[in-house]
Amino acid sequence: MPRYVPNKIAMALPLKTADASQTEDFESDSKIVKFVVLKKHEEQDATQEHELASFEETMLPHMDAAHNLAKWLLRNEEDAQDVVQEAYLRAFKSFGGFHGSNGRAWLLTIVRNTSYTLLKKNKAVDLTTTFDEEVHATGHESAGPVTILEHAEDTELIRGAVDELPAEFREILILRHQEDLSYKEIGEILKVPTGTVMSRLARARAKLREYLATRIGKEI
Amino acid sequence: MNCEQAIKLMDGYLDGELDPITSQAIEQHLRDCGHCDQAYKTHGSLIHAIGNATPYFKASAELRERIQSSLRDETTEHAVRNGVRGAQVLLHKRQPEPRSILWEAPWNWLGLAAAIILTAIIALNVVPRFQRPGADQFLATQLIASHVRSLMASHLTDVASSDQHTVKPWLDTKLDFAPPVVDLSSEGCPLIGGRLDYLDNRPVAALIYQRRRHFINLFVWPAGSDAAGGTKAMTRQGYQLLHWVDSDFNYWAISDINDKDLQEFKQLFQEQIPHH
Repeated sequence: MPRYVPNKIAMALPLKTADASQTEDFESDSKIVKFVVLKKHEEQDATQEHELASFEETMLPHMDAAHNLAKWLLRNEEDAQDVVQEAYLRAFKSFGGFHGSNGRAWLLTIVRNTSYTLLKKNKAVDLTTTFDEEVHATGHESAGPVTILEHAEDTELIRGAVDELPAEFREILILRHQEDLSYKEIGEILKVPTGTVMSRLARARAKLREYLATRIGKEI
Repeated sequence: MNCEQAIKLMDGYLDGELDPITSQAIEQHLRDCGHCDQAYKTHGSLIHAIGNATPYFKASAELRERIQSSLRDETTEHAVRNGVRGAQVLLHKRQPEPRSILWEAPWNWLGLAAAIILTAIIALNVVPRFQRPGADQFLATQLIASHVRSLMASHLTDVASSDQHTVKPWLDTKLDFAPPVVDLSSEGCPLIGGRLDYLDNRPVAALIYQRRRHFINLFVWPAGSDAAGGTKAMTRQGYQLLHWVDSDFNYWAISDINDKDLQEFKQLFQEQIPHH
């Protein structure tokens, strides 16, 4: 039968048995304080591990979407990869502020912002929608709508035409046609009202049709 | 509605984003105006072509690795800045010898044990009557983990086939129940294959469907005798979950498509399964 030895701290702190058993070795108050601080750090570390795990679980599945948008916006694989990495780090840092349910839209917003920062830094000409007027004012014959539809499966042609569109048209077509996002979700990413999403999509598609017509016209 | 208005709203109509009243007005106009109807048809085909003809640039395995390791570095750096690493070394040195709590304070230990037993008794007796809301939450977490794993590790299917007559017999031989398997290709959701999974403490069937570029995992296992009917939808971590029960089976569908599309999938599935 083990003999019970009354213990000062256990007696003084009968409700904190767990703490008492760990702190009893410390003779002075300052050491106890130090220990508590260390313990706090350890907890912070665990919290961080947990946060990373939950971030990865929520955001890693959307990496294809993130990369796809960046690639279409930047039209360069190396830049796209850098932007996706940067966006993930930014997203991780502000993950505490993410309370929504749509992780994909949230991440795409950050990818888009990061892409634009780079585009602006590189002084990309396609940031404005007016740049194309002179470039595309050609004397070629344009193809009619029926002829365009005959080329509907010409991947190279359509990809080339989308690639030629200004950034704000490229991104809206990608978000709608490849990510199947609703107007509301697109509006949240682009920070514009739903009505603007509709009109911009319409303009983007009209422009695409125009480019297709020109390209096909050149071929004929 | 006149032609100008109809053309202006055409994109919204084609994308299914207009309210029912406006949609009806456009439909009426398209019936009356051959010119707009023609424009609607060609524009619709073009819109359809954009999604199909543009490549989707997936992230490479290297990029995935690079990002995951940079996230790890970020966490470590952060920790070092806070001095946690150094502190941990110190902590290990200072760690007192483990002592028996039982030895030091028997009454507290007994009190703790009593509290645990009492809590367990209360939990086991009282909580099931309120249908434990946590149970669904826990299952949802398991479902999401399984869905994400299936997409990450390229282990989406154990038996890859769009033929329901291949997938079903395969699953039947592996499980102690025969899940309903239907192909929904003609409805735009082709069956990709089947997989075995383990959820809710039992082996379950996972059917994988594809809707455009998105995958849907449909988990199926026999319904208990006390299974409640009705449909339950929830959103967790950006994934959409939909749960329903029919006379024989429990269903959980999960995907990153939106709620409306998932509901549509459920309806298609229910219409196609053979009823007795």
